[in-house]
Amino acid sequence: MSQMATDTSLVGRGNQDGAQLFRQWFEELGQVAENDAGAAYVFVMGSLTELLRVFDLPIVFPEINSLQTAVRRVAHEYLSEAEDYGYSPDICGYVKADVAVQLRGGEHPMGRIPKPAIAICTNACNTYIKWAEIWERMHDTRVFTLDIPGTRAAGGQTWPGDPDFENDRRYVADQIQELITVCEEQTGIPFDIDRLRETMGHANTMNRSWKRILELNQTCPAVFNALTEGTIYLGVANGFRGSEAGATYFTDLAEEMEYKAANGIGTLSDEQYRLLFVGVPCYPIFRRFNELFTEWGGTFVNSTYLWFASGGSNLGFQYDLERPLDSLAEGVLISVRNAMDSMFFQDLVLSEMIDDYQADGVVFHPIKSCRTVSTGLADNRRALMESRDTASLFLESDMMDRRVVSEAQLKNRIDAFFEGLATRKKRASIERGETLQPE
Amino acid sequence: MAYAAGVDVGSTQTKAVIIDEAGRIVGRSLMDTGANVTRAAETAFQEALRDADLLEEEVGFIVGTGYGRYKVTFGNTQVTEISCHGRGAVHMFPGTRTVVDMGGQDTKAIRVSETGEILDFCMNDKCAAGTGRFLGAASAALDIPLDELGPTALRGQRAVKISTTCTVFAESEILSWLGKGKKIEDILLGVHESIGARSAGLLRRVGVESEVTFTGGVARNVAMIETLNERLGVAVNVSEESHFMGAMGAALFALDHILASRAPASSMEHTS
Repeated sequence: MSQMATDTSLVGRGNQDGAQLFRQWFEELGQVAENDAGAAYVFVMGSLTELLRVFDLPIVFPEINSLQTAVRRVAHEYLSEAEDYGYSPDICGYVKADVAVQLRGGEHPMGRIPKPAIAICTNACNTYIKWAEIWERMHDTRVFTLDIPGTRAAGGQTWPGDPDFENDRRYVADQIQELITVCEEQTGIPFDIDRLRETMGHANTMNRSWKRILELNQTCPAVFNALTEGTIYLGVANGFRGSEAGATYFTDLAEEMEYKAANGIGTLSDEQYRLLFVGVPCYPIFRRFNELFTEWGGTFVNSTYLWFASGGSNLGFQYDLERPLDSLAEGVLISVRNAMDSMFFQDLVLSEMIDDYQADGVVFHPIKSCRTVSTGLADNRRALMESRDTASLFLESDMMDRRVVSEAQLKNRIDAFFEGLATRKKRASIERGETLQPE
Repeated sequence: MAYAAGVDVGSTQTKAVIIDEAGRIVGRSLMDTGANVTRAAETAFQEALRDADLLEEEVGFIVGTGYGRYKVTFGNTQVTEISCHGRGAVHMFPGTRTVVDMGGQDTKAIRVSETGEILDFCMNDKCAAGTGRFLGAASAALDIPLDELGPTALRGQRAVKISTTCTVFAESEILSWLGKGKKIEDILLGVHESIGARSAGLLRRVGVESEVTFTGGVARNVAMIETLNERLGVAVNVSEESHFMGAMGAALFALDHILASRAPASSMEHTS
């Protein structure tokens, strides 16, 4: 620790290494595409990459490809192409951008994306299933759908040992067994349980570190911005899950965050307000959107996105390598269920987050092109406001489509939100008997 | 005696208000914003100074508000019109807990505390239906001046149903009702009810708590006041200064700064 505490080169390493890993990932995918080989298309909520790596399947996350078109400000070209092809402006922007990538033979701003040889989806998002059907029609892709039981009632999660949980685990384990057979047929590579232990071990390291990194953001000032830097970490968490590179990255990242926390190094030099973010980021104006908050000294300390878009790995679930298949089923069940719960039982999750992260406010961001994460946000907000005296903001825009993103309107609402936060802060100071200085 | 000013540069009109240290309006002005937003702000401020018979240097602090608030280049700071309407409404009607502000392109529902602090707000999003622009479309389609829309609508007996939620399409729907021989006053009553329904929807999202104060340019429209009273089941507060409420709130924030700069640090609570 003493050596680490003097090492300022640690600061920012996670962002740089994350960008480097991302480039490397897409270069490798480009090579696969050049060789006219296929890839495994998976989704962030229940990717099962630990298992797929055993069969040497290159991993493609179409959700990440799509958001990259928005961050790189070309999403509108892809969306228009899919709409010209016949898809409605009202459906998921991720789906449409991917359809255009497929129509373009894999052409993407970060390189060429290989075709889907096999697609694995879960029921965590209903669009996943319909999306995979598109590849089935376009490329005759083999599709495997995992049905993951969700939580039956608010606060009613079951855990290992509970008969309901054990039934659910057996249900998932049987499906995984079936998937193994499908992967063997697809790749011609026999299943090797020791390789699975190895990839699950890497996932354990990653999960453990990710949980710790999230906890470290409870420090003031926050050591990373959950909206911007958090999204970089998410990319690696998904793309490199179950790999040695991913495990190393997260070990290093945890070291960086420990260092920043120990030395009071915040992601903002003057943190004024600590915020929680609910929903999917506004990728078409990704950087600017965040600036609208940081200009007021606001930083995002955690988000539901870091939970559900990491497939629930925020829980830090540790696989038991002595019984890998059972444990994989258990981990998938708990993690994907948690990802779904972060959307459906959000007010409970947020209430805990407000306390754990000393949050001053909660920003709800429903988006036009994802009903799954947006439906119910207004009700969740209302429920939260009834139970907590915490300021909240409701902003509507999109994750992909800049046609429905109006910066002037967003700014107006965000400014008013911070004016309210400033008044609250002033009032709280007065109540504590503190002396205020004239502005 | 120092004076404070608020300049509200809205999407349609620009308003300026000057108040004295007791929070009384001593000067005001109103004009169309037009294409040159900075000039509109300057002209409105100068007009308000003339109205108050004051010199520019007698105004100690200026707050810009509205969509063009950053174009109030001579101002000292900016505050959103959401905060300003809340502040202005509570100043005029201290019992205010809910504010409905209907402007040219925005309708806002704002829930406030007894001190004017914004507790929650909700606005129309990316669509001008349910705003003053909707009335503008009706005015154009029926060739009736804006000021006469309200009194005409109040003569209506059987409101026609304006089903569209689009301001642009509303114009063709109005023409279609005219073609079917419907009376102008019934059509206008329908237009007001349509806007009232959308505004009430926004208000319900933040929670309607009495007293309700109606602000913004549309608050001058008698039929809209009636419609809101009926929809909400309460008599909404309407000030003669409702059109200037955003500028008034901005001027009150400006006055805070003037008083805070004089006050010893320990008595800041009186200026929030």
